[in-house]
Amino acid sequence: MSVIYIVLPLALIFVIIALVVFARSVRSGQFDDLETPSVRILHDDEEADREDRS
Amino acid sequence: MSTETTAGPSEAGPDLSCSHCALPVPASLVEADSDLQFCCHGCRAVYAMIHDQGLGRYYDLIGEDEERGLPARTTGRSYEEFDDPSFHELYVRPAAGGLLATDLYLEGVHCAACVWLVEKVPVRMAGVAEARLDMRQSMARVVWDPAAVQLSTIARFLDALGYAPHPFRGVQAREMRRREDRRLLIKIAVAGAAAGNVMMLAAALYGGMWHGIADEFETLFRWVSLVLALAAMWSASVFFRGAMGSLRARALHMDVPITIGIVAGFGWGVWATLSGQGEIYFDSVTALIFLLLVGRYVQQRRQRSAADAAELLYSLSPSSARLIDAGTVRTVPLEALVPGMRVEVPAGDSIPVDGLVVAGRSDIDASLLTGESRPEHVGEGDGVHAGTLNLSSRIEVQVLAAGENTRVGRLSRLVEESALRRAPVIRLADRISGVFVAVVLALALLTLLIWWRQGAGVAVDHAIALLIVTCPCALGLATPLAVSAAIGRAGREGILIKGGDALERLSRPGRVLLDKTGTLTEGRMELVRWWGDESLKPLVRQVESQVAHPVASALVRGLPEVEAEPEIEVERSADGSGVRGRVAGRDLNIGSPAHVEQLTGPLTETVAGIVRGYADEGLTPVLIACDGSVAAAAGIGDPLRPGSAAAVDELREMGWHVGVLSGDHPGVVAALARRLDIPPEDRQGGATPEEKLRVVERAAAEGSVVMVGDGVNDAAALSAATVGVAVHGGAEAAMAVADVFLTREGIEPLGTLFLGARRTMNVIRLNLIFSLLYNVIGAALAVTGLIGPLVAAVLMPLSSLTVITLSYRARTF
Repeated sequence: MSVIYIVLPLALIFVIIALVVFARSVRSGQFDDLETPSVRILHDDEEADREDRS
Repeated sequence: MSTETTAGPSEAGPDLSCSHCALPVPASLVEADSDLQFCCHGCRAVYAMIHDQGLGRYYDLIGEDEERGLPARTTGRSYEEFDDPSFHELYVRPAAGGLLATDLYLEGVHCAACVWLVEKVPVRMAGVAEARLDMRQSMARVVWDPAAVQLSTIARFLDALGYAPHPFRGVQAREMRRREDRRLLIKIAVAGAAAGNVMMLAAALYGGMWHGIADEFETLFRWVSLVLALAAMWSASVFFRGAMGSLRARALHMDVPITIGIVAGFGWGVWATLSGQGEIYFDSVTALIFLLLVGRYVQQRRQRSAADAAELLYSLSPSSARLIDAGTVRTVPLEALVPGMRVEVPAGDSIPVDGLVVAGRSDIDASLLTGESRPEHVGEGDGVHAGTLNLSSRIEVQVLAAGENTRVGRLSRLVEESALRRAPVIRLADRISGVFVAVVLALALLTLLIWWRQGAGVAVDHAIALLIVTCPCALGLATPLAVSAAIGRAGREGILIKGGDALERLSRPGRVLLDKTGTLTEGRMELVRWWGDESLKPLVRQVESQVAHPVASALVRGLPEVEAEPEIEVERSADGSGVRGRVAGRDLNIGSPAHVEQLTGPLTETVAGIVRGYADEGLTPVLIACDGSVAAAAGIGDPLRPGSAAAVDELREMGWHVGVLSGDHPGVVAALARRLDIPPEDRQGGATPEEKLRVVERAAAEGSVVMVGDGVNDAAALSAATVGVAVHGGAEAAMAVADVFLTREGIEPLGTLFLGARRTMNVIRLNLIFSLLYNVIGAALAVTGLIGPLVAAVLMPLSSLTVITLSYRARTF
């Protein structure tokens, strides 16, 4: 059971890493607008579109 | 690229719909052998423009939206003020790499296709580095290279696509709110991570209670839990700050019992960890913090979106003026104007400054500023005020005061002062929580005393179990969740509610004071009555269509359209009180009774009676003389909106006491109030903004009063009222101070609002009852020592779950 002395701190380190990543994503503004990105995925055909034009 | 229009020539007719806007194509415009059909040249132009830019996929993305019926509205403005240095100083900030960035509010954004069109701007336009659209807020962030392209060019491009851009004024406030939102989100994450991990350790500890656990690991788990709980305590600082503020203000609110619960649980847990005996409550405490923070975040976000939507509407009010500078006219931002300058105001524009008319004559609609529905005639030397509307022809105005120093600006200060004086409202949940804290603390003390004989450890253990089980998690969630659900639903009904407490204040009937012009009425001159020769109607319309005057345009709108007579002679009288026209061989004189009387001699008894009748109704009488004698009369006025009477009846049925408070002439107000069955003591006309404020403050001292209005003259009264409601089409100042903003015209949504508020309060009450019930049962069990920490920990989330379900399932709006 003494493995718990390694595993537990390791788990906590993972938690901290996850939190840091989350904090960064919040600060970069990923959670400011939760609606527009859902429609933005529809706009993926830029290349074909350019050919249209030329 | 054809959408629905694959019809061949044989099917030509009303079945064809426009390739751009999907409206039916008039038969005269149908092109026999074309796939593309347009209902008007505007649509053709927009279609061509979208196609030329290679953006044809727009028509695939737009889908079958109901908004599809609306053609793209382009204003065709030049937007040259967007390049003015003072504009840049105010709205533009530098971005990385020598680029510039600004936020523009776009009109008409509503679907995925809009996002796509706007975000394609950089691809189509050299020099634009980035365009990002936030669909919910209709806000586009544009980054561009000033060396390659000017902002006005970008603005014109957006305008041509149908999204008229406006500078966004509240950037700093929004940035602050955004940072606050982000901080709260990070706190939620920390609390959530702590709660989850403490829960896992707690499972091991609870397991150990039954099956045994080595002391070594028990101590380790407790210490790790302590560290994690410490992190959650950092997140809980939101509540501690709120509680401190509440104590300083000597008004107990929800944050106080929450703080006591959290601190007691955490403190005891720390002591238990250090001493190695007794229960640790870190699992309950961290879960509590996490849930309460989530509730707070949900409510905050909802209220924000309502407030944002209202705020964006202010950005629509005009922000530029046409400055006359050394003989040339250029558009500048309002902020660049100083006294002594001359500005040009075209017909149909609102006047940007307080000043004197130096050239031209026109009619001014001052209804937003004074509530007066009849236009005022101005000529050289007359004073005009900012915020009023120039109706009939171009005038030049010498600036006397601009910005803060205008009458509108001074009124805004009055508004701010009255808002500060408004008595704070103690919310239901806060009232209950005050009692709640006292009761819980008394009970905890009682538990301690009862169990003291069994030893201090047991006594404290039971007391803490009580504090945990009664911890007002559900109580804390009850209001925010119900309110946020209600605000969200109300928003879809076109009712924007800026603060949750407005709902509580609206739930019990009181007095409603309605503004007249623009609120109960249409807010513009219309033909209301007609007497006499019907056959003259088309002729009058043709004569009046040649004249730019508010009365003339009311007649044109109100009379039937006919084929135009080729020969019309129209001549306006010098004083502007009448017009003479020759059409279809008949000689018409149209004008005020005094004007017509001069031409025809004294009026007959019948005509004079009709003129008096119109005046009593609050209408402006217009007489029509044909070939020398009076043949017809028209009554022009600001008509009641079709739904107003029904809406007023509905409010009365709900128990509200309805009154009218208007700045218009008392006679006009009385005539309208009679039609709405409002008794004389509840109507007041001719009120200045200051008088309106006094009336509302006096009424507010006696009980709850809801003020409904649209104008700058109502703004102070709106902010002093228990709840201020601004209606659609109103002035910026009114929208800024109102607690509730209606995005549909007229007062019909008021009934929905009051009903929804009452239902929301019922949901909150139900929530409070349920959570208190759980607490009472839990407390009873804890005092008698029947439940341990495990049962307490199960009972607590159960009550929260009930509250969450109730809040989101209930029908409010």
